[in-house]
Amino acid sequence: MQNNPQPNERKKLIEVKHLKQYFNAGRRNEVKAIDDISFDIYEGETFGLVGESGSGKSTTGRSIIRLYNPTSGEIKFNGTDISKIKHKDMLQFRREMQMIFQDPYASLNPRMKVKDIIAEGLDIHHLVKTDEERDARVNELLDLVGLSHDHATRYPHEFSGGQRQRIGIARALAVEPRFIIADEPISALDVSIQAQVVNLLRDIQKEQNLTYLFIAHDLSMVKYISDRIAVMHNGRLMELSTANEVYNHPLHPYTKSLLSAVPLPDPFYERNRHRKNYDNSIENDGQIRSLQEIVPGHFVLATEEEVAGYQAAAEEYNLGD
Amino acid sequence: MEKILEVNDLQIDFDTFAGSVKAIRNVNFHLNKGETLAIVGESGSGKSVTVRSIMGLLANNAKVASGSIDFKGRDILKLSNREIEKIRGNDISMIFQDPMTSLDPTMPIGKQVAEPLLIHGNVSKKKAMARAEEVLELVGITNAKNRMKDYPHQFSGGQRQRIVIAIAIVNYPEILIADEPTTALDVTIQAQIIDLMKELQNKIETSIIFITHDLGVVAGIADRVAVMYAGKIIEYGSVDEIFYNPQHPYTWGLLNSMPTLDTDSDRLYAIPGTPPNLLNPPRGDAFAPRNPYAMQIDYQAMPPFFKVSDTHYAATWLLHPDAPKTEPPVAIRKRQEEFRRLVAEGKITQPENDEGGVKDDAE
Repeated sequence: MQNNPQPNERKKLIEVKHLKQYFNAGRRNEVKAIDDISFDIYEGETFGLVGESGSGKSTTGRSIIRLYNPTSGEIKFNGTDISKIKHKDMLQFRREMQMIFQDPYASLNPRMKVKDIIAEGLDIHHLVKTDEERDARVNELLDLVGLSHDHATRYPHEFSGGQRQRIGIARALAVEPRFIIADEPISALDVSIQAQVVNLLRDIQKEQNLTYLFIAHDLSMVKYISDRIAVMHNGRLMELSTANEVYNHPLHPYTKSLLSAVPLPDPFYERNRHRKNYDNSIENDGQIRSLQEIVPGHFVLATEEEVAGYQAAAEEYNLGD
Repeated sequence: MEKILEVNDLQIDFDTFAGSVKAIRNVNFHLNKGETLAIVGESGSGKSVTVRSIMGLLANNAKVASGSIDFKGRDILKLSNREIEKIRGNDISMIFQDPMTSLDPTMPIGKQVAEPLLIHGNVSKKKAMARAEEVLELVGITNAKNRMKDYPHQFSGGQRQRIVIAIAIVNYPEILIADEPTTALDVTIQAQIIDLMKELQNKIETSIIFITHDLGVVAGIADRVAVMYAGKIIEYGSVDEIFYNPQHPYTWGLLNSMPTLDTDSDRLYAIPGTPPNLLNPPRGDAFAPRNPYAMQIDYQAMPPFFKVSDTHYAATWLLHPDAPKTEPPVAIRKRQEEFRRLVAEGKITQPENDEGGVKDDAE
C-alpha cells in the first residue's frame, strides 16, 4: 500500500532463497512441489500466497515452519537459517512461528477442553507459573478473539465453525508469536463468518505487530487482507507485487487468467465477463525463466528477452490510469 | 412462464436427542421451466434439506410436518419409495458437492455414467454405453472413447465433477439440482464448470436449482435468487433485483461482507453473532438479534412477505408502510444507484414496481 515505507527500508523477517521441495526425489514418481522459488516477507506485513490446488502454496507454508526439510535452497527466519537451528533452540523457534489451519473441525483435539487447547503452548513453553496465571491468560486470549470466559471449560464440538477457528487463533497467539502462517483459514467458513475472522486477524495484527503468511485460493479475500501477493503455479512463483498491482495491473498471462475466473457478486459484470484461458505451453518451451523485476517492486517469471515486453505492458497500464 | 415444480408450505423437523429441530419452516417457492433458481444461505439455513426433500433423500430422523412438492401434477412427498425411484435420476437428478466422494471408486466411469440409463430407460447395454460416451464428450472429457474404462482416481477434481454432471444429465432430466457443485473446486475449474452448466442448460433445456453460499457464483448463473435464513426464505427476486436492489437486512449483510476487488476500506462488514438454534426458533424475525436495523416488532411477530415488484418479495418489517425510513449501508446504496443507472440505460429491464403492500397469500 502506498503509505508504507519502501520495501527495502523494512526488516526482512522471512527470506526464502531458491527453495526446492521435491517429494520422492530421484525416483520415477518424483513430484516437484516447489521448484526454485525466492521471496521475502517483511516484518509487520501480510504476504498473500495464491494459487490453485497442487500449485505448492501449502507446501511452501509447511516448509517455512519446518515441517519438511527442503530438497535444496535456504529459508531464513529473522536472519538465521531454519535448517541449521539446533534441537535445543527448536522450542524457541516454534514459539515465534505459529500456524492457523484450514479445517477448524480437524485441527482441535475433541477430547480436550478449550482452555487446555489454548494453554497447551503455555505449558510446553513454561510461560505461566500457577494455575491462576494460566486461567487468567486463557481468559485474556478468549477476550482477544471474541469468545466469552465460560467457553473455557467446554469442548470443541460445542462450537460452530467460526468459533472453532477463533479457538485455533487463540491457541496460535498464546505463545506470543511474531509470525503466523494462516493456511486457508477461512475457506471452511460461511461468508458471513469469514468477514468476522478476517477482521479479527487484522485487528490482532495491528495490536501485536504480527507478520502473516496468508495462503488462500479466494482471490478477493487475499487481495483485501494482503499487502503483497505472490501468485503460484506448478511449484513456481509467476508474479509478485503489491496487492493492488497484482489485481489492477497483472502482467503474467497466468495471473490474468486466474483473475478473470474470479466470480464477483455483480450480475451485470458476470454477464459480460470474458474468461481468459491460460496456455500452459509458454512455460514449457525449454527456456530458463526467473523472477525479473519489471517495474520497481513488481516481479514476473520471465526470460531476459521477455522483460522488455512486460515493461511495455506495464507502461501501458500507467498510461491508462 | 410455465411452473415445473412448486413447493408449498414445506415444513420439515428433525428428531434429535435434544428435541425436534425445526429445519425448514414454511418454505414456498416454485421453479419455472428452463430457468436457474439459486438458493443462497449459510450452513444450517436449510437449503440442502429443502432440495433433498425434492429428491426423496431425507435422513431417517427427518419428518415432513406439512406441505407439498408438486411435480407434474403429483405431490412428491406422498409418493412411495418405488415411485420416487422412477423420478430420481430420471426426471430430477442431482449433482453433489464433493466430486471425490460421489463417484464409486471401484467402477469404471463409463459404466457409472451408463447406470441411470440401464436403470430407467429400456435400452440395451451397448446403446447405453454409446450414449454414456456421447455425454462424457459433451461435458468435456477429452478422448472419452478411450477413457470409458478408467477409474475415478485417474481423473482430476474438475474432470471428476464433469463426470458427476454427466451422470446427472445422461437421462436429460427436467430438473437438475446442484448442491454446491463448485465449492470444492479452484476458481478456474469453477468457472469452467459453471460455463458447462449454462451450455448444457441451453442444449438440453433443463431447469436448474443451484445451491451455494458463494454470491459471486450466483451472480453468474442465476435467473432468480431465493435467500434462506434459519429455515425460511426471507427474500426472493430476479438476480438483478437481489443484487442491486436488496431489501432484507440479511441480504444486505451477505452482500456487504464479501470484499469486491475494489474494496479498500479498513474493515469488512461482518454480520455480528451466529444463526439461531432451531430447536427453539425465535418468535419473530429470526435475524433480529443480528440485525442492526431491528425494531421492536421484529422480536414479536414474524414479518410477512412484502411486495417490492411483481417478481421481488422480502420478509422484513422495514417494508411495512408504517416503518420508519431507513438508510441501507453505503455499499448497498451504491448497488441501488447502480441498479437505477442500469435500468435508466436500458441494460436491465425492471418489472412493474408498485407501492408495496402485504402479499395476500404469504404466511
